[in-house]
Amino acid sequence: MSVEKILMPQLGESVTEGTINQWLVSVGTKVNKYDPLAEIITDKVTAEVPSSFTGIIKEIIAQEGETITVGEIICTIETEENSTEVEQMEVTDLQENSDTSEKEIRTPQKQRYSPAVLRLSQEHDIDLSKITGTGRGGRITRKDVLNYIANNKSTDIEQETTTHQENSIQQLSQVNEKDSLAKQKTKSLPLHNPTSGDIEIPVSGIRRAIATNMKKSKQEIPHAWMMVEVDVTNLVQYRDSIKNEFLQKEGFKLTYFPFFVKAVAQALKEFPQLNSMWAGEKIIQKKDINLSIAVADEDALYTPVLKHADEKTIKGIAREISELTQKVRTGKLSPDDLQGGTFTVNNTGSFGSVQSMGVINYPQAAILQVESIVKRPVVMENGMIAVRDKVNLCLSLDHRVLDGLICGKFLKRVKEILENMSQENTNIY
Amino acid sequence: MPVISYIDAVTQAIREEMERDENVFILGEDVGKKGGVFKATQGLFEQFGEERVIDTPLTESAIAGVAIGAAMYGLRPIGEMQFADFIMPAVNQIVSEAARIRYRSNNDWHCPIVIRAPYGGGVHGGLYHSQSVEAIFANQPGLKIVMPSTPYDVKGLLKAAIRDDDPVLFFEHKRAYRLIKGEVPDHDYVVPIGKADVKREGEDITVITYGLCVHFALQAAEKLAQEGISSHILDLRTVYPLDKESIMEAAMKTGKVLLITEDNKEGSVISEVAAIISENCLFDLDAPIMRLAGPDVPAMPFAPTMEKYFMINPDKIEKAMRELAEF
Amino acid sequence: MENNRHQKLGLSDQDVLEMYELMVLARRLDERMWLLNRAGKIPFVISGQGHEGAQIGAAFALNRKKDYLLPYYRDLALVLAFGMSPREVMLGAFAKAEDPSSGGRQMSSHFGQKKNRIVTGSSPVTTQVPHAVGFALAAKMKKQNFVSFTTFGEGSSNQGDFHEGLNFAGVHNLPVIFMCQNNQYAISVPIEKQLPTKSIADRAAGYGMPGYKVDGSDPLEVYRVVKEARERAIKGDGPTLIEALTNRFTPHSSDDDDKAYRNPEEVKNARQNDPIVIFGKYLIEVGLLDEPKRKEIEERMKGIVNDATDYAEQAPYAKPEDALKYVYKE
Repeated sequence: MSVEKILMPQLGESVTEGTINQWLVSVGTKVNKYDPLAEIITDKVTAEVPSSFTGIIKEIIAQEGETITVGEIICTIETEENSTEVEQMEVTDLQENSDTSEKEIRTPQKQRYSPAVLRLSQEHDIDLSKITGTGRGGRITRKDVLNYIANNKSTDIEQETTTHQENSIQQLSQVNEKDSLAKQKTKSLPLHNPTSGDIEIPVSGIRRAIATNMKKSKQEIPHAWMMVEVDVTNLVQYRDSIKNEFLQKEGFKLTYFPFFVKAVAQALKEFPQLNSMWAGEKIIQKKDINLSIAVADEDALYTPVLKHADEKTIKGIAREISELTQKVRTGKLSPDDLQGGTFTVNNTGSFGSVQSMGVINYPQAAILQVESIVKRPVVMENGMIAVRDKVNLCLSLDHRVLDGLICGKFLKRVKEILENMSQENTNIY
Repeated sequence: MPVISYIDAVTQAIREEMERDENVFILGEDVGKKGGVFKATQGLFEQFGEERVIDTPLTESAIAGVAIGAAMYGLRPIGEMQFADFIMPAVNQIVSEAARIRYRSNNDWHCPIVIRAPYGGGVHGGLYHSQSVEAIFANQPGLKIVMPSTPYDVKGLLKAAIRDDDPVLFFEHKRAYRLIKGEVPDHDYVVPIGKADVKREGEDITVITYGLCVHFALQAAEKLAQEGISSHILDLRTVYPLDKESIMEAAMKTGKVLLITEDNKEGSVISEVAAIISENCLFDLDAPIMRLAGPDVPAMPFAPTMEKYFMINPDKIEKAMRELAEF
Repeated sequence: MENNRHQKLGLSDQDVLEMYELMVLARRLDERMWLLNRAGKIPFVISGQGHEGAQIGAAFALNRKKDYLLPYYRDLALVLAFGMSPREVMLGAFAKAEDPSSGGRQMSSHFGQKKNRIVTGSSPVTTQVPHAVGFALAAKMKKQNFVSFTTFGEGSSNQGDFHEGLNFAGVHNLPVIFMCQNNQYAISVPIEKQLPTKSIADRAAGYGMPGYKVDGSDPLEVYRVVKEARERAIKGDGPTLIEALTNRFTPHSSDDDDKAYRNPEEVKNARQNDPIVIFGKYLIEVGLLDEPKRKEIEERMKGIVNDATDYAEQAPYAKPEDALKYVYKE
């Protein structure tokens, strides 16, 4: 004698439950194997569920109208047979057997650095031999390095400062002692031994910030460089014709630079690829076009930001450049003025440069140098030689983010815009 | 050793197999009297008669389906699809039937058919006479897909395909038919299915490709060798199932891998090759895996400008190889 | 005796009794599978109830030692007649390792068994039709005197493979018999929404072969037509299309509820034409069957069905990793 369970059957593929519409037996009813027990309704079919056993209904568990999940007990039957759950046992046995996982032979992975780990170690100047790997075979994972960086950051900075102080003391007192050099090699800054007449200039905060940024940019960003030559004769004529009137009317000078900034902003709108930055796993293409404008004072270079440059008129740009320059000269730049740049335009032409290789304003993807406008003899399309106003535009690009093709297209577009700037089709307002 | 064309190697392999085994027969459109639209079966009708070189109605599903039935009986049919582009009506028979017959019958039945089809572009064939269709079949366990590059491999692999006890799709590059010639022994030999082949040994970069692109890559490698760039070239030959060991070995040899297919890029056979390399060779890679493929547009356009733009050629390969070498 | 049709057709008394027993066996096995499904023991049933007359009539007209059978999923009676045992049928229903069709890989009723020349089939319908033509082509090429016999529903007669297969067989005059079991429903779609013509048999003319429409509830009539078709095929006179009119007594499958699209009265009326009842009456008329004999047969068949159920229920499943076997030749 044993008590057997009748379960809610799965009536149809994808069916997960059934509702007892009507019981065809009650407690105490004697049933034969395959006699109908209950009528069940599912999403797919309505069917009579037969008994799997011969015996007497012992208990009715699911009530009429009740919805039961497939595999749940709906009633029990007292039988004279012995319980056989052969089938199910088999399935479990097999699954257990298949679960005995195969043992892999694991080779030590300590020395195998993934590209991500290597890159991090280089960027943060980390000696990987100092890190304990938590990966299989002792492999150092990316997370291991990140944890190491996080844990060592504060102590690292302290160490750096102390080393520096020690160094300078040593330099002053024991300049010729060779062992000091050996000690100094802990940090990457190469040291020079000053000779008489040299002036040592302490590095100011702003200088250090520039140095850090430039170093970071050059070390991390694979720079590539290209240049186009633009004929700005029409633009020069146009600007010359209105500059006096403009100064009178607006109270500040109209230089050539706002025209270039305008052209760059417009081209960036069309080639957003250049308005982006490298972010390790991805490239972030910025929505806003915020142009950093390189402005120099005697000691340093600042890059205040002209926000939403694409939405501004030439006059608007001119005013803002004038104001930002003023702020730089008077030391009134706020941190906000320096934030959020997405691309840099550098007016190298103002120093008379005709060609230069800009260092990208980290973490942007490119920088454009606007060189001096110079008069040059040019062979025109009709074969005649004419004197034209020419300017070089030099672009440094992050080759991780950008390729020559897209940058070439971008420069071509800037050139096109500038060459079409004239009295007839350019409105400075 | 005699030098013959790619297409003559096809004909020679079929003829020898039909002489060797009377269960081998051909069925397809225009394969009989005409000898095939590309002449791949030329002379076979005369030699073996219409019973073994059967001109069928225009009926791709039946070409495959009848071949499957005959193969289950014990014959060795070779079905020809006039162009790979026209195989689509037969996909149900090839995928739902041929590929699954051994598996679904628990090894009770099997289906030794060969389906031959000319594929590939650069012949002004437009959208429907230029396609590479291997990717459609290259995730169907049960099928084997062979795409040889040289006349030697054509003969040896086609013979192996005909003797194989499982269904084989045998794709022949139609531009290679008369463009590519090579030494082919006139005696019997087979080239094993499922084995890739190193077509050039090199040290600096590895190129993995198949079909006509193998020749393009070899040409490019020759040029680059003059600049001191040494290229290792692996010809997959069988694109499904892939020869994983050879792929890994070739990738690890130089650590810089260029994968080339004439097919559209996304989801192509080389995408799977890239996956195999990334799964197994991370610490041996010296550059990101690079892929050169057709653009992701439906198929190759007819106009020469657009066709050239789509099609892989030695210049495109050379440029990609140089870029990789410089990385 | 005037009414004795089977002897005129060349069937012995023993033959017709065997036919009757097989029809009953097929029906009782089929009914048991429904019960097992409703009890949650097997996941799926697809039925041949109502088709037994057409199937057994055809089977006995064929050479069951030589001919190849390319069945479809309702052909339980046919595969029993071709030698698949009730235990084997149940092993398939329970998806056990010993299932001869697929070792538990395919859903039930996807029959196949090489030793009995039952050719493996799939779920996309009509793919077996070109295969049957391929077997017939092999018979012609290898000069073997067998025919291939394939079956399908009327729904399949709209698939491309039906037309491509019949056309190919017609062009090459091949020894193949196509038998459509027209039960007037493609799952829920009634015949008038499937065909613009009255008859599937009419389609034969387009492929240069004779087409016959027969009452599928009458095994003797089906026997006559299939036998004739086989003789023509063996003589080299080519293929034949036969349309056997049948009734589907059950929903399409255990996953279907036909109340949604079919009047219960219609099923009730169809059951008036139950081939088992009709054939039983004939056997009583010709003095080969009486009530005690009928009961004896029913009891014997019940025993066979019980044995098959118990055997299959207790048989082992395939090992999980057997899922990896036989993708290619091993």
